[in-house]
Amino acid sequence: MGIEIKCFATLSRFLPENSDDHPIQAGDTVESILDRLGIPTKEVNLIFVNANRAFLHTELKDGDRLGLFPAVGGG
Amino acid sequence: MPRILRINTRTKEYRFEELGQYANLGGRALTSRLINTEVPADCHPLSAENKLVMAGGLLAGSTAANSGRLSVGAKSPLTGGIKESNSGGLFAHKLPKMDIHAIVFEDKPESDAPFQTLVISTDKVEFKDAGEIVGMDNYPAHDKLLAEYGDKAIVALVGPAGETLRQTATIQFTDPYKRPARSAGRGGTGAVLGSKKIKAIVLDPASNAPVKPADNDAFKTARKTWVDILQGHPVTSQGLPAYGTAILVNVVNEAGAMPTKNFRYGQCDHAAEISGEKMAELIEARGGKVKEPCHTGCIIQCSQQYNDKDGNYLTSGFEYETIWAYGANALIKDLDDIATLDRICDEKGMDTIEAGNALAIAMDGGVIPWGDGKTAIELMRKVGTSDALAQIMGNGVEFAAKAFGVERVPTVKGQSMPAYDPRAVKGVGVTYATTAMGADHTAGYGVCQNILKVGGDVDGLKKDGNVEISKNLQVATAAIDSMGFCLFAAFAVLDAENGVQAMADLVQSWTGNSFSIDDLVNLGVNCMKDEQDFNQRAGFTKKDDQLPRFFRTEPLPPHNVVWDLSEDELQGAKA
Repeated sequence: MGIEIKCFATLSRFLPENSDDHPIQAGDTVESILDRLGIPTKEVNLIFVNANRAFLHTELKDGDRLGLFPAVGGG
Repeated sequence: MPRILRINTRTKEYRFEELGQYANLGGRALTSRLINTEVPADCHPLSAENKLVMAGGLLAGSTAANSGRLSVGAKSPLTGGIKESNSGGLFAHKLPKMDIHAIVFEDKPESDAPFQTLVISTDKVEFKDAGEIVGMDNYPAHDKLLAEYGDKAIVALVGPAGETLRQTATIQFTDPYKRPARSAGRGGTGAVLGSKKIKAIVLDPASNAPVKPADNDAFKTARKTWVDILQGHPVTSQGLPAYGTAILVNVVNEAGAMPTKNFRYGQCDHAAEISGEKMAELIEARGGKVKEPCHTGCIIQCSQQYNDKDGNYLTSGFEYETIWAYGANALIKDLDDIATLDRICDEKGMDTIEAGNALAIAMDGGVIPWGDGKTAIELMRKVGTSDALAQIMGNGVEFAAKAFGVERVPTVKGQSMPAYDPRAVKGVGVTYATTAMGADHTAGYGVCQNILKVGGDVDGLKKDGNVEISKNLQVATAAIDSMGFCLFAAFAVLDAENGVQAMADLVQSWTGNSFSIDDLVNLGVNCMKDEQDFNQRAGFTKKDDQLPRFFRTEPLPPHNVVWDLSEDELQGAKA
């Protein structure tokens, strides 16, 4: 099994076909996945992995859920 | 020189007076100073001794972007403490064109006196019998008023909830689309106005004197800088206009901080069905408007017009906190049902957060089934009538919890918590605990740093740094509310090096009074001090600056964190 990828708001256009079970390679980080999917890192402002705040350097493992957002606000 | 208009609601006398001790104050700084000075802190909020004050900010009447917010102040029927409730709409920018800086409603008629519509012109106040619109929902009442006074009239009014003195009652204000869709939402200010038998206030369309900056050249320069700051930040120029605040459904859910089923869980299984992306999709498909301003000069445009499945207008300003309260906290899955409930809140004149949370309490108490949107709609439509259940709902969370025997009561100082669980977003939790307003996210939006990475990055799951960010945000917010800016401008200001200076420059060039960054900060600090002073005299102590016990004892999944700040630690956030 791979990881689940969620691309929210304006990033939804980058959602890969197999987003529910996206295969990853050993050593993959958030940044390497963005690179493979063609998502510009400057468009990504919020990164969550399994509800935890994550960063470009965060390593991913099988079964993780990766959530990506642009800059958003509200309140 | 703008004046204060004082209206005695019993004798029907009025007088215009100079600002006096309220000079150099605006918006929230003015309302809180006036309430702290003139209202006995231990009076009953529905008594003659309470006053209701409406004030535009220091930039009211100006063409500075996003500067048209109105402050409504009183002793709160919901909390028993001081309240400033903030609204968009056209009211704030109209007042200076009538040479009015603030309007104060005083005293109270006999309990059997009829409701009045007040028509306010530059130098005159007329009391007119409001009989034709008493009992009416806000949209039809507003239509009648515009038909009578002209469609350029700007109106404030209470709905059936305010007429019947419900603790959740709002005051609704005319928006740029001539709908009464903007609310002074929190704390029951509509009940204060209702207690004074004021159904509506009409600002005379003929009173329209031009207003100009004291220093025209400096103002134009500052205004341009300010627009550049707002248009230069991705949140205020792209994120908010594209999806509105409802974008936060997926964000806060993904962060594991979206209170679900009366604050039991931090994630909601049906978040995607009630998300901002889903909302935008439906709006587009049904010919609504994905973005619209809430007041003249609003360039952030995070509001929207949501149509029903037949393509007819249903509601606007469909906010994250509303969608959260009905959709996640009360488990309603259908966005149309939630939009209908939002419209009902505008019609009856009820705070969507307090009403939505009261609905979750009713569900928790077994009064209606969890997630039952249709029954919720039926119940809320009766607010303002003599239906006993609806009367309970109109009074908000603490009242409903007592009526229904519910022990899980997510309130601070009587006001229920919005849309961000304090166990997982401790920065905003500190604000809920410590602001004089009761649980209020808008008093100091720690979500910025805890989740959104605006203005820094502070872990919301841990204590460290969160008292400090809350305090700084509370001061900044009090200042922003006093200048009349939309709070969302803060997203850009927090990240822009020159943001605070730009705001100070706008005020200085508009008013002609010296106004430095220090003055701006002091405006916020002194406002908070007024509020804390009032609350202390009203009987609040540091024990009231704490979250309910269950937040400290019950871990919130998925992070399984609890609220762990002590009473004494929390005092660090006070001014």
